[in-house]
Amino acid sequence: MNGSLLDSVNIGNWMLIAPELWVLTMTCVILFVDLYIKEERRGIIHLLGMITLIFAAIITLRGGYLEEGATQAFAFNDTFVRDRMGDVLKAFSYLVLAGVYTYAKFYMRQFSLFRSDFYTLSLEALLGIMLLISANNLVMVYLGLELLALASYALVAFDRGSQRASEAAMKYFVLGSMASGILLYGMSMIYGATGSLDLAEISTAAAAAGSGDIILLFGMVFLVVGIAFKLGVVPFHMWIPDVYHGAPAAVTLFIAAVPKMAAFAMAYRLLQSGLGGLHVDWMQMLAVLAVLSIMAGNLAAIAQTNIKRMLAYSTISHMGFVLLGMLPGTATGFGAAMYYVIVYSLMSAAAFGMVILLSHHGVEAEKLDDFKGLNRRNPWYAAIMAMVMFSMAGVPIFVGFFAKWLVIKAALDAGLMWLALLAVIFSVVGAFYYLRVVKLMYFDEPLAESSIEAPVDFRAAISINGILMIGLGIFSSALISVCMSSFT
Amino acid sequence: MSPELIAQLQFVLWTVLKIAGIMVVLILGVAYYTYAERKVIGFMQVRKGPNRVGFFGLFGKFHFWGLGQPLADVFKLLLKEIIIPQNANRFLFLLAPILSVAPAFAAWAVIPADDWLVLADINAGLLYVLAMTSLGVYGLIVAGWASNSKYAFLGALRSTAQMVSYEIAMGFSLIGVLLLAGSLNLTEIVLAQSGGLFDWYWLPLLPLCMIYIISGVAETNRAPFDVAEGESEIVAGFHVEYAGASFAVFFLAEYANMILISALTTIFFFGGWLSPFQNAPLLGDTILGAGGVHWFLIKLVFFMFTFLWLRATFPRYRYDQIMRLGWKVFVPITIAWVMVASCMAVFGIVDRGV
Amino acid sequence: MPIIEITFYLFAAVLVGAAVMVISVRNPVYAALFLVLTFFSAAALWLLLEVEFLAIVLVLVYVGAVMVLFLFVVMMLDINLAPLKEGFIRYLPAAITVAVVMAVELMMVLWVRGKFGSEAFESPVPHPPDYNNTKEVGEWLYTQYMLPFEVAGIILLVAIIAAVALTLRRRPEAKRQDPARQVQVKRDDRIRMVKMKSETKVEE
Repeated sequence: MNGSLLDSVNIGNWMLIAPELWVLTMTCVILFVDLYIKEERRGIIHLLGMITLIFAAIITLRGGYLEEGATQAFAFNDTFVRDRMGDVLKAFSYLVLAGVYTYAKFYMRQFSLFRSDFYTLSLEALLGIMLLISANNLVMVYLGLELLALASYALVAFDRGSQRASEAAMKYFVLGSMASGILLYGMSMIYGATGSLDLAEISTAAAAAGSGDIILLFGMVFLVVGIAFKLGVVPFHMWIPDVYHGAPAAVTLFIAAVPKMAAFAMAYRLLQSGLGGLHVDWMQMLAVLAVLSIMAGNLAAIAQTNIKRMLAYSTISHMGFVLLGMLPGTATGFGAAMYYVIVYSLMSAAAFGMVILLSHHGVEAEKLDDFKGLNRRNPWYAAIMAMVMFSMAGVPIFVGFFAKWLVIKAALDAGLMWLALLAVIFSVVGAFYYLRVVKLMYFDEPLAESSIEAPVDFRAAISINGILMIGLGIFSSALISVCMSSFT
Repeated sequence: MSPELIAQLQFVLWTVLKIAGIMVVLILGVAYYTYAERKVIGFMQVRKGPNRVGFFGLFGKFHFWGLGQPLADVFKLLLKEIIIPQNANRFLFLLAPILSVAPAFAAWAVIPADDWLVLADINAGLLYVLAMTSLGVYGLIVAGWASNSKYAFLGALRSTAQMVSYEIAMGFSLIGVLLLAGSLNLTEIVLAQSGGLFDWYWLPLLPLCMIYIISGVAETNRAPFDVAEGESEIVAGFHVEYAGASFAVFFLAEYANMILISALTTIFFFGGWLSPFQNAPLLGDTILGAGGVHWFLIKLVFFMFTFLWLRATFPRYRYDQIMRLGWKVFVPITIAWVMVASCMAVFGIVDRGV
Repeated sequence: MPIIEITFYLFAAVLVGAAVMVISVRNPVYAALFLVLTFFSAAALWLLLEVEFLAIVLVLVYVGAVMVLFLFVVMMLDINLAPLKEGFIRYLPAAITVAVVMAVELMMVLWVRGKFGSEAFESPVPHPPDYNNTKEVGEWLYTQYMLPFEVAGIILLVAIIAAVALTLRRRPEAKRQDPARQVQVKRDDRIRMVKMKSETKVEE
């Protein structure tokens, strides 16, 4: 399996990773451009960031790399894989990141944090996400993850003046490195048991060995723990509230929205593509994690008065739902989970976008009370926030409903009745704190009467983002079929 | 005991003997290097240097140009009391000199003085040498900390930062060498340079060679990079609290390192034991044309002399200038020249080794 | 090969002992030095596995560079460990309980299902004498693992960007030397010739 050097420099390989190469090149370009522009012309950096994302989307979606009848294309001696699932997830990563940039620019201008580092670091994180999505080898999974994680740690500490942010970055760093260590330990065991780092070969070996191979099982347990850490599901969720709360809102927005798609892809590649033969074993673990997350996430969110923390706990419960979709290990199950994670990214982008919108004069609107009487101040923004909250709660016709419905249906199909029931009950519990925000906006007196200012691109982005909540709900079948057809 | 075990034991004993041999040569070399230093600098400063101590008065009035001086120094240092400051960390304080001298000696294991004269002819010799030279810094930093003295600590911090910085430039210059030689084995690196004066790597890698020599001076904390000791600023830096034998060990490490760097420069850039007149007509097989230990020693002594020459010539660098030189001048130049060297190797401008 | 076995057990014992000391000694400088010892013993064990390149690189990178900087920082900070250890006793019972439960569980799994010891694996075949670990690693890195190798480079780039972004502060008030400008300086930049009469009468 020791490929030749000629094979590595084959042009076909480079065509397949063209989107990654483009993002990397543009990161370096931004790095250099920033050296030579004046402080007040920083807008150019933002523009370059957007251009990067747009062209990345074009290159990714151009397709045409698959051979007749194949569903996947491999590059670099099978360490890299392109398939439909990867392309869709990448495309949504670009879309959400574009939203993040639009929201973050406004935030960073207000808090005088507008530096190009945000763009370079988040593009490097995006590169990590893309490589993670396309990884077909344990080494690539690990490296993609580290690339993403390293950039994220730095982003959290981005506001150097803030002690809270430094503390959050420190916690994130320590816990994240531990998770990476655990993941790596699991990988080493799997390598020991199967003798390969290649996911396809591991899959063959695992299917042959089954649950009888204790070392393989140990490795799998460590892998699941590592994945759970990265997804942030109970009981490996401790970092999420602190990091979401401590980081600047623009960074929280990024961490909450984009990397979850990569975490889902990582879980799919490792558990299904790699250890599909051990499905019975990892299903039990995921079931426990899913139940705990849905319960603990929803219950803890009720007690929060800080909206960033509330959204953090809501993330934990949403990730529980994603795991619910992955449990059955079927194509429809993974399709549902993928749909859920994409929808979640759009919803959390909008929610944190609203937090940024209400921030003013260098003070973050992170208290729930800051949303009081929003309807009086600006009915349209209140409507957007209401749509986001309804969607997160899973109210019918909003997009979040279809996501929840699909994963619960997948669990039901797999015969996991009790799990589905628990999920429904705790969705109802969760609806309480989402609807509380709506109540605050429509029925309480505003704390401040000042009007809400935002640049035009921000207003456009948040409006589209809000309308998507209901639009994707009404026309839900398109996205669902895209997700479902990714796993065939 | 099985014959196998006996064979193994024999091997171990034989190796220990060889190691002892290298050590004796090195220690004697260091002793007379200090003598040479005083003589050379004396000469450059138009004074005499040591000229009193002979050999125990055995030869009456003859002092043999003070050749007995190093021995007198050694005995003086060994017989003096080792003073341990009251609040010093006793264990680390005594460990530090050993930490400093051990890597300086250990690196000699892979140095070939001729194609047969080497203790361990290992594959990754160059990496081993780099690893060993990078360990020397522990002696300094531990000494500085364990002394519990501000001067010592400042000296240790300075020298640590300096050595770590210059190691990078050193490492990069060696990458150029291994690109051209195509091997990490020191013997093969020397053999890859065979052909005569202009086939040695100093010519294609001239910038790297210069940087290696200068960084070597900085690595060993010698003038003009001796801010770690800086008598006029921090008295004597990291070893200000040391006396007697423990001080002598630091001294030994410093000079052993200087000899080591000279040997490495010879091997990497000046063809090791090869003769500059190799393949020249007429000289062919004579002692001038054939390679051998004598050529290695001649080159070695020349670079050892360079260390002394530099010390007598240049004033001390300021600390921030040292850092600037290391990071902003040397590192970029070496990176650029590594690329040039790669091109030379790929396009066959220099005959690539193995 | 008794000598190899003796060497292995010696270094393995030192490694485990030093690793325990890293987390149990009071003085952080000692802890850092014990970590150095741990790395060193690990490198020795790797040498026994005939992977000399990795062993030496471990010493070169971790012992020679990373730990030196670590020690540097630990020494400068003068960390006071007392407040860090305050919660130690309070959380000790819970921690011990969890640790014991986990250890027992692991033991049970291992004893009941077995197959975790070295007897489960065949011992590796020694390499031929002309085996060159460095060359082997290089060949794998530039063929099979070319993409991961490049990605590792990108990770280092991110580390540089992050380090600069988090630490670079521009201080306009700080005076710094620009050798390029010093070298380029002309006589006229520094010296102004003033013509004045040599002797003038001072007004009373």
